[in-house]
Order: sequence, then C-alpha cells, then structure tokens
Amino acid sequence: MALENILILAAASLLWAATFRNHGRTWFMLIASVVVIFWLQPALPIRGADFFTPIATLVLVILTWFITADDETRKQRKNIIILVVVAGVVLLLNLTRFLPASFQLLTASRPPQIETTLLIFFVTGLTLIVLSRLTRFSASFLTVGLVLTIGLFLTLKVPTLTYWTVYFLRSLSGQNVDASRITDFAWLGFSYVAFRLIHTIRDKQSGRFPSVDVGEFITYVIFFPAFTAGPIDRLERFIKDLRAPFAGLNLETFYPAGQRLLLGLFKKFVIADALALIALNDTNANQVTSTFWMWVIVYAYALQIYFDFSGYTDIALGIAQLLGIKLPENFASPYLKPNLTQFWNNWHMTLTQWFRAYFFNPITRWLRSWQKPMSIPMMILLTQVATMLLIGFWHGVTLNFTLWGLWHGLGLFIHNRWNDMTKAKAAAWATTPTKQAILNVSGILLTFHFVAILWIFFAISSPAISWQVILKLFGVN
Amino acid sequence: MNQEIKPLNILIKGLLLFALFNLVIAAWQPIVGQFSLYNVLYSGRERLPFGENPKQSYNLSLFDLDAMFASHVIAGTPKADDEFRVIIVGDSSVWGTLLKPEETLAGQLNADNLNACGKNVRAYNLGYPTISLTKDVMLLSYGMQYDPDLVIWMTTLDAFPLEKQTSTPLVANNEEKARELATSYQLRVEADDPNFEVKSFWDKTFIGNRRAWADFFRLQIYGVMWSATGIDQVYPSDYEKAQTDFEADDGYHDLTAPLTEDDLAINALEAGFNVVGETPMLLVNEPMLISSGANSDIRYNFFYPRWAYDDYREIMTAVSQQNGWTYVDLWDIVPANEFTNSAIHLTPVGENLLAEALTPYILENCK
Repeated sequence: MALENILILAAASLLWAATFRNHGRTWFMLIASVVVIFWLQPALPIRGADFFTPIATLVLVILTWFITADDETRKQRKNIIILVVVAGVVLLLNLTRFLPASFQLLTASRPPQIETTLLIFFVTGLTLIVLSRLTRFSASFLTVGLVLTIGLFLTLKVPTLTYWTVYFLRSLSGQNVDASRITDFAWLGFSYVAFRLIHTIRDKQSGRFPSVDVGEFITYVIFFPAFTAGPIDRLERFIKDLRAPFAGLNLETFYPAGQRLLLGLFKKFVIADALALIALNDTNANQVTSTFWMWVIVYAYALQIYFDFSGYTDIALGIAQLLGIKLPENFASPYLKPNLTQFWNNWHMTLTQWFRAYFFNPITRWLRSWQKPMSIPMMILLTQVATMLLIGFWHGVTLNFTLWGLWHGLGLFIHNRWNDMTKAKAAAWATTPTKQAILNVSGILLTFHFVAILWIFFAISSPAISWQVILKLFGVN
Repeated sequence: MNQEIKPLNILIKGLLLFALFNLVIAAWQPIVGQFSLYNVLYSGRERLPFGENPKQSYNLSLFDLDAMFASHVIAGTPKADDEFRVIIVGDSSVWGTLLKPEETLAGQLNADNLNACGKNVRAYNLGYPTISLTKDVMLLSYGMQYDPDLVIWMTTLDAFPLEKQTSTPLVANNEEKARELATSYQLRVEADDPNFEVKSFWDKTFIGNRRAWADFFRLQIYGVMWSATGIDQVYPSDYEKAQTDFEADDGYHDLTAPLTEDDLAINALEAGFNVVGETPMLLVNEPMLISSGANSDIRYNFFYPRWAYDDYREIMTAVSQQNGWTYVDLWDIVPANEFTNSAIHLTPVGENLLAEALTPYILENCK
C-alpha cells in the first residue's frame, strides 16, 4: 500500500467511526474491503486480469463460505441481500469503464466489458444454487476446496506454474503468448487470503468453525487494513470484535489507534524506505568492495525488512482499531530475543502460529501416533525443517527460499538440542545478574546475526550470489 | 478516559500545528546543507553530486550548493603543509561522464604523484555536468574557501552563449548566490532574468520545499553506497558514440558570423578571475572531437560549426592577452577515437593525454 492509499483508508475509517459509530459499521467494512481489493490490485499486462483477479478472490471466498457454513446459516435471507450488495458494488466498479479515464480511480486500468462480469456472476450463482440443492454436504467438498486453494497458491508461488498460467491467460485474452513473463500476473493479497481460507476449511473439518454469515466471512478474509500484509487473524476472534457493540471513537480507542498508525507510518515510510536505499539486493551484492560495508548493507536489509513489515502491521492494527477491531500482534521485538526459537515466536507471529496449528502440531501428533515412533530428536528435526521449508515456500518456491527455510529449520533443531544439553549447565553458571546478562546479550547477538545472514537468501535471487555475499562477510573474496 | 473524540477539533489542531511548523521553516530557512555525514561517517565524494538515476548511481542532482560541497572530499581534507592544492572546474568532461573517479582529469593528475615546488600535487574535481560559465564561477566561488594553490578552469565555446548563463538548473535555482557574485565580483546578472526560479513564501515552507529536503536526506543516505561501492554514476556496458556525420548546417545558437566578444559571456570569465584573486588560474580551452565524417568541412562536431569555433579561439587568445590571463588552448590534442558519447567526453586515454599536456603548466605555476 502506498502512503496515499493508507492515508485515505485511515481518514475514511476515522470519519466513519466518528460520524456513524456502530451504525452500518459492518456494512462499511464489507463494502470498503470489496472496493479496496480492486483499488489496490496493481495493473497487469494481461487484458482484464487486474479486474478479474479481485473478482476471483470474491468468488473463491464466497464458495469457501458456502461449503463451510452450516445449513441454517447458509439459508438465511440476509446472505442473499449481502451477495446482491457485493455484486452491486462490483458492477458499479465495472461501470466506471464508461467514465472518462481520469475518473477511473478505483481500478488499476479501464474495467473490461460488463458481459464477462455478468457471466461470472451467473456461473457463480448457478454453482451456489446447485450446491444448495444438494441435500447433504459431503466432507469431500471441503477437501476439494482445500486442494483448490492450495493449488492456486502453488500456481502463484511456483515460477513454472505461474509462467504457464500467464501463458494460458494471454492465449485466453488473445494476446501474444510469446511475451509471457511470470511477472505478468500478481494476485494481490492472495497469500493471506489463501491462509485464511485454509484455516477456515481446516477448522470446519475439525468442527471448530463458528457460524458466520457471508458478509462477516468476506469481511474477515479481505478485511482491508490487513488485506495486503496481514496479520492473519483467526475467524472466531475476528467475529467477536465484529459483533461487539462499537461505541464510536473515544480517547481509549483513538489514542492507541492513532499512535499505532503514526508509528507504523514512521517505521515504513521513514525508516524502512530510507534503509531500502542501502539494503542488500542483487545489484549491490556484486558492487560492494569491502567486508565492513557488506556487513552494513546486510544489517540494513535485516532492519529494513523488519521496519517495513512491522510498520505495515502497525498501520493495519491502527486502522482496524479505529473501527473497533483489535487485530492480533505480529511482531514483538524479534531481534531482541536470545535464541532462534524465541525469534520465531515473535516474528510474523500470526504466520508461525498458523503453521504451528495447521502443520507442525498435526504432523507431530501423526508421527507420535506411529506404532514404532521415531526418536524425539529425529521427530524434532523432521517437523521443524518441514515447517520452515513450508514457510520458505510461502514466500516463493525458489531455491533461495528453500535454502532459507532449510537453514532456519536446522537452526531451530540445533537450538533445541543445544538447549537440552546446556540448560542445566547454563543455569548453574549464570548465578549472578551480570552472568545472566552476558548470556542474554550473547544469545541476542548470535541469534540476530544468524537471522541476518540468512536474510541474504531472502534478499538475493540466486544461491551463487548469496554464497559470494556470505564469503565476503567473512573476508573471503 | 471515555471522553468523546471530536475529529474536527483534532483535524483543526493538527493542521494548525503543521502550518506553524511550515511557517517557522519558511521564516527561518535553516541552512542544513552544511551538516553532512560525508567526511564524518563515510568518505567524501570525489566529485560533486550529480545523477539522474539515484537507485543505480547512488548519486543524485540537487541544487543545495552547501550540501553538494559538504559531501565532497575537499570539504573533509585539511590542507597539509606539503600539499599543492589544485581545484579543477568545468563541465561534464571535468566531472567525468562515463569515467570512474580515478579516470578523470583530477584522478589522473593525482595518480601521477606530481611534485610542484617541493609539494605534492593534489587535484580536486569540482566539475559539474552542465555547460555554463556562470555555473563555473558559482562553483569556483565555493571552491575558493578550500584555499587552492592553483585553479584550472576547463571551458569550451558552448559555455559562453549569453542565454546559457543562467538557464542551467544549478544557477537558475541559486539566484541569491548569483546576485552575490554580481555584487562582489561584477558578474553580469540581469535584474529581471526570467531563468531564475523565484521562490515564493510557499516554496520556502517545509511542504513547498519538500523536494529539496528529501534530496538532502537522500544524499546523506546514498553516502553509504558511495563508500561501499565507489560508484557514483551508471556505467553502461554500451553507449552511442559521439556523432561524426552531420547535416550541412553551420548554425550556432542563432548567432551569425563573425562571432564577436559581445556574443559571448566574457564578463563571466572576468568575474571568475576576480573570484580567484591572487591565486594562479589556468584558463583552458578543453579538447574536443574533430570529426572527419560527412560535412566535417562545415562542422567540427555536434556542438560547433567551424566558423564559430575558429572565431571563438581567436577571441579567447586576444582577450586572454589583453587581460594577462594564463590561457592554454588544448582544443585538438586528443584524437577523435578517444572521445566517448559526446564531442567533449574523453576516454581514460584521452584524459591521460590531457593530464600530460597540463602537467607542465601546473609545475610552472607553483610558488
């Protein structure tokens, strides 16, 4: 989100909360969220893709709600009204194609012909009708939904699959397929949308899915402050805030929200954007001439990624708070943690909690359930490496993200074993506050440098250049 | 704490505070340019900041002369007793378009480890990539605060046309400085020169002048990358060579033959000599590409028709003799194949030839 987007959204939220308080708050959040996914979607070279991508998000969210909601909720009349309103908003956005170009402010490019949008509505409506005629919902629908969401996710994250998707979409729109590039397709916010959808499907499968109407569900999945950069909230927690009466703005809500928003803006647009000018990247990795300066730009990257990401989180939390929604924290001073396990408990917390809940814990339980369970260390190694590899893949299925995930997984395993072996000795040695401080500070420094060095795989696109950077950090040219 | 918030009040208070801050900045006009992280946290730049693609060149163009000079290595280098300090002013050929700092004229002179009157010659590149004598005088006046023992002023005919004197952005955005030069050194500056960017009160507020503030901070930040990489411009692997074939056109800036002193900003040269005072200064007619392509009997190169350039050289010789200036005409010392993307941009070999040609004059002018 650019600064002007954030300021407009914050001002709109503030005005709504101050003026209308609880009246129509959920409608405001729903409609604003729908508009925002069109507004923020970047322009794409594939004809119509920047308009149909947000529609695809909505269709996917509605279908997911449909297969996860219970019978009684699904049949409520208000869902139809909500769907009509959402469709109306999309149609209005589509109709802006008839306005002069300077008035088409809410879409990345001129919206496509309205017939295609109507056809999508028709097919979606028909699908919902067919599904609603089914007397009994099969659990296999949830599995299909899960597979479809993961499949779409992989399509966007695996470069080869993305390329073929672009190729397909270009041929569909009658454009030159030879010009296909993986950068032609960017589905804004899908990483977060997918994780929220998977969370709801899995919770439905385990019988923990709360009863929500389609409006609440859409608002949860594409809630505009958290749409592009998280945090990944949990549905049952989000709904609690959404349904709670909102007294409007008062000092208790306004000051923390305003402070959070300003802090986020400062972190993102002053600190992170300034650090971005000197942070490690593919180009400057080969240009830096000395070990000292290589450390400087690696540190700059480590700090930039933190201030950028946590700044966005603060902005999201601040805007959401203006509307009475308290999104979960995502960062808690991660670089000041004395070991890697604590770092991951405090860095992008909602993502790690998601993986813990939907991957790490289930797979650990499954491994323990074996008739001849493997050794505990082996189990820890396997589950931690697998979890961190998946977190790497969440950012992109490339060799560098794989290496980043692998090293973090190994780091977590080594810390776990080391902690087991030395815990008693460390406790026996650190008997004074000074010794405890020494242990703590050394742990912080070691953890920060381990994380900072691994960010190299994140910042650089190829393992070879990453390795060169690491060598240069240690004086080997 | 459950006091109701009145957004309008907050908005009004916020706007008032912001307006007050802007008014203070506009009234105060703090000179922040003199504060620099260069020469303190990291090394100074070998040449003045200039760049149109900051993300790649780690350099940018700005108009704050204080900030530009504060970022230069000369600002952080106390003059040693055994240093023979030479400053070189001029256009992009001095600044060194497509050349690394060590390949420029200043860089090559430093590499030669010259010894003048028992002192070590240390040359500083104060060139700037626009062509205007007035711009050179402005930079010269700043350069003089660093106590040079010798000034080398590289110039070419295209710096002389009257209409080019104040239109160059660095001058156009520093009207106050130009007028100071007019008062102190008799530089001719018209009272109603339309080229100057007149700053309204609004332009002086923080928000009105936000570009300059941002440039100042970016200049400081890019100092890290300059120190880390030694890169201060984009070095393309390929570029279009300077033009050698021309149309049969002998036009030059709407001037007609013969060229006279009145057509040229000779006054700016006089002002430059006034600025340096007793410090010796070499006025150098810089090398240029002499083409042998189509219509080269009419034009020497992209910039100059033969008639204009020949007249200019005669005028320069005569004016220098009249005023007792040390004038060195090196217009044809570099072969055509040692120019890069322009008729005045030299290759490293060309710069080396120039440095060799200038060395005797440097050694002659020490005390």
